[in-house]
Amino acid sequence: MAKAVAAALPLVRKPARSAAERQEARAALVLSLPAMVLLFVFILLPVAVVILFGFTDYELGYAGFRFVGFDNYTELFTDRTFRRSLWNTAVYTAIVAPISIFMALGLAMLIESENIGRSFFRTAYFLPVASLLVAMATVWQYLFHPTIGPINALLALGGLPRPNWLGASTSVLYSLSIIGIWQSVGFNLVLFLAGLTAIPRELYQAAHVDGARSAFDRFRLVTWPMLGPTTLFVTTISIINAVKVFETVKTLTEGGPNKASEVLLFTIYQEGFVYLKVGYASAMTVVFLAILVVLMFLQYRVQDKQVHYS
Amino acid sequence: MNAQTFTLGRAVRLSILIFGTAIFLAPYVFMISTAGKAQSDIFSSSLSLIPQHWSYVQNFTKALTRVSMTRLLFNGVAVCALIFVFQVMIAIPCAYAMAKLKFRAARPMMVLVMLGLLVPIHATALPLYVAFDRLAVLNSYFALVAPFTISVFGIFLFLQFFRAIPDDLIHAARLDGMSELGIIGRVIVPNAWPAVTAFAIFSVVAHWNDLYWPLIVVSNQTYATPPLGLLYFRAAEAGDDYGALMAATLIITTPLVAAFLLAQKRFVEGITMTGLKG
Amino acid sequence: MTALSLRGIEKSFSGNPILKGVSLDAGAGEFIALVGPSGCGKSTLLRILAGLESADAGEIMLGDRNLSPMPAADRNIAMVFQSYALYPHLTAAQNIAVPLVMRKLTRVQRLPLIGPLMPGQRKAVAAIKRDVREMAVSLKIDHLLDRKPGQMSGGQRQRVALGRAMVRRPSVFLMDEPLSNLDANLRVHARGEIVELHRRAGVPTLYVTHDQAEALSMADRVAVMIGGSLLQLASPQVIYDDPAHIEVARFIGQPRINLFPSQVGADGTITFGDIRVGLHRETVAAGASVTVGIRPEFIRVSRSGQHGLPARIDRIEFLGSEIILYCRLDAIGEPVVAKLSPAEGAGLAAGMPVRVEFSADRLFVFAEDGHRVPSTPVDAAARLETAHG
Repeated sequence: MAKAVAAALPLVRKPARSAAERQEARAALVLSLPAMVLLFVFILLPVAVVILFGFTDYELGYAGFRFVGFDNYTELFTDRTFRRSLWNTAVYTAIVAPISIFMALGLAMLIESENIGRSFFRTAYFLPVASLLVAMATVWQYLFHPTIGPINALLALGGLPRPNWLGASTSVLYSLSIIGIWQSVGFNLVLFLAGLTAIPRELYQAAHVDGARSAFDRFRLVTWPMLGPTTLFVTTISIINAVKVFETVKTLTEGGPNKASEVLLFTIYQEGFVYLKVGYASAMTVVFLAILVVLMFLQYRVQDKQVHYS
Repeated sequence: MNAQTFTLGRAVRLSILIFGTAIFLAPYVFMISTAGKAQSDIFSSSLSLIPQHWSYVQNFTKALTRVSMTRLLFNGVAVCALIFVFQVMIAIPCAYAMAKLKFRAARPMMVLVMLGLLVPIHATALPLYVAFDRLAVLNSYFALVAPFTISVFGIFLFLQFFRAIPDDLIHAARLDGMSELGIIGRVIVPNAWPAVTAFAIFSVVAHWNDLYWPLIVVSNQTYATPPLGLLYFRAAEAGDDYGALMAATLIITTPLVAAFLLAQKRFVEGITMTGLKG
Repeated sequence: MTALSLRGIEKSFSGNPILKGVSLDAGAGEFIALVGPSGCGKSTLLRILAGLESADAGEIMLGDRNLSPMPAADRNIAMVFQSYALYPHLTAAQNIAVPLVMRKLTRVQRLPLIGPLMPGQRKAVAAIKRDVREMAVSLKIDHLLDRKPGQMSGGQRQRVALGRAMVRRPSVFLMDEPLSNLDANLRVHARGEIVELHRRAGVPTLYVTHDQAEALSMADRVAVMIGGSLLQLASPQVIYDDPAHIEVARFIGQPRINLFPSQVGADGTITFGDIRVGLHRETVAAGASVTVGIRPEFIRVSRSGQHGLPARIDRIEFLGSEIILYCRLDAIGEPVVAKLSPAEGAGLAAGMPVRVEFSADRLFVFAEDGHRVPSTPVDAAARLETAHG
């Protein structure tokens, strides 16, 4: 009896779907099938395999592999190269992300309040985004050249010390950061400009009327809160892009000198695709993915809070 | 904020902007200038922008002969075009189904899409490389294009855009006798051009500039893309022949920069749209 | 003759019933207005009929064909949407042509580049062009054919939407508030045009609106839907003069009907002020609570005299051809609204004490469940003393 009632209940709550609804659902499945198959083959499956590989000693070129449990991970945390690489990536991110965000915000506000040359300035700062990074890195290499580079030539004119920018382990990370900032400011700037133009003029007029006399007061009262969602997005994307630094390192320093510019993706690349230690490199990749997941999670958390307070 | 009055604040503002512009454009100026300098010029006077001995012809000849530039540019165009066409053809029907059709799998699919947004090529490269190696398809257009045929970001962007298309328009199309594919081709895509161009810009910029994946799957010049080709060129040019190197970078940078300068407004709109939606 | 018949249509969204078994028959050339407050389910009913949504239960019959299992495209039902739903990227001519192109050309003939090479395509396309042109001429939009929706005014878009719906000679015509996006002048003008188009097409038409004036002025019959149920389906006059349900009386009529709580007396009559009505139905027991309703135009207001209930004027609205008087009954404190001609209202001002008198034969009595209880005035001559207190 009770069984019969339980079986009948779902029928009551969900009436049988009509032919038209079934047809619509079938069409939807057919339309999304190619995307879902490819999503599975090229994203989900590889991620699962990477996690699996991380527990093996798989090396390309050798037949077969063993499961080694967490050996790869314990090795990672004693691996001086990997620790160096994590540290360098963190330092690079800590320099590039904040500077490129605040520089972009400052420049965007200057451009926004200026009537002339808006599109010229925007174009100039955005140009690096549209340029091939490997090519522009080569140009920067010339600019940074210790003896024939224009930067040191300029410093010499001013009687200043001439550092060996990319060639010294003390300065290489900072030199790469300069290129990173130069490359990413334009992208952030364009997003901030869009955010600024979306702020209604009336809010600034209201702020004036309400007694926000200084420009800084108006920034605190209107600009900063209204830019909140843009800033959050720009921050996340800037951090993630900085963590993913690879092109400049591969092109200019190959992690050197003396591992001073080893960064996460470069180390993974070296271990996995040069030394072909797939298992070990997979464990590194899992760490890299974990960092991305944490960053995204933090973004969602902050976003949720913003929604509640607005 | 008056345009006419020239206040002190405005002078400061403009000089900061102009100074910044000079710094941001300096690499391009030196690239163009150095590409025309002879080796002696480069060593003696790095700060003078006008070459003393015009060597554009020599440097460009060197750049063009060491590595087949036309090959590189062709590969770049072909790979970007193939990737874009596949991405759009696969992402648009899926995004339409998720945005406008009722089916039970829509919710789990949304979760998969959000998860997929997290995963860059760097995370999937190892297994894909192993698989492509086993299948003996390394060094091919297939290897360069296949992993990018699915753009989770594309699905996400189109999904957002399609949601804004009124349901009544699709209802009207159904009453007028269109099939679902007909609706996509005749109603959705013609009204989604802003999203398609924005995505095109995003996709082309990303894949034209990508070094990581081509570096992994391509090991000869036949299939090299522009960034990879430039790496080969640098390797071949062991010395400090910056004249030829700058000529090569100039050649390789020009296509996308030119496209950007010609279609600036679209670029900025595209980045803004993909950025704010992403 | 019944052309279109809906039987027991039910629909609920995530557990909320939207339609509670709606049945409705429409004659061959009949114009039926579906009217009701927003959220009453009228648009959902229309969408189910069009095949854009599916019913949980019930049948749709067109003649002797059962439409329920058919997809929208095969039903040959045309619909004009509230937003017009014109394809923004197509010109007016192309918009009107879409339903014809979809029906008269094969899949291959429709393809760009290849289509024109197929045999018979040219002839079919020429026929479509001719039909579109004729349609446009009859709607007086032939000068707009090359424009896109973005370059047209609201009224012009509405005509294009009508053209797209009519061009394929549908067997049923559905309209979902097609005039609500037009400004007031244009709306009144468009009413007449739609009725005229309907007469020419001669197919059953369901017209959804929340505007009672539209429903009453255009339709052969009006269907009043409230809370997912069809409460009354009748000619505009019956709907107004003889509402079957308190909600129908409340919804139709501007200003709203006056409603007062009352009770059935021991003798089975209802006494209200100095008038008394007898009830035809035995089911309403003595002592039961009922509601008494009277439309504002059946109330007389006088400054002196003994008839009627004493009241005080709160507010007067002068509307040109008529005057709306907002009063409050002294005895029970209830508001009462009266509609007077300017002559009748001359000399009245806010704050004045007056007497309001109801026409006993225009009094409606509604039982507690909302249904109308037929009534007739009793003993109209014998005025009672004011019984309320």
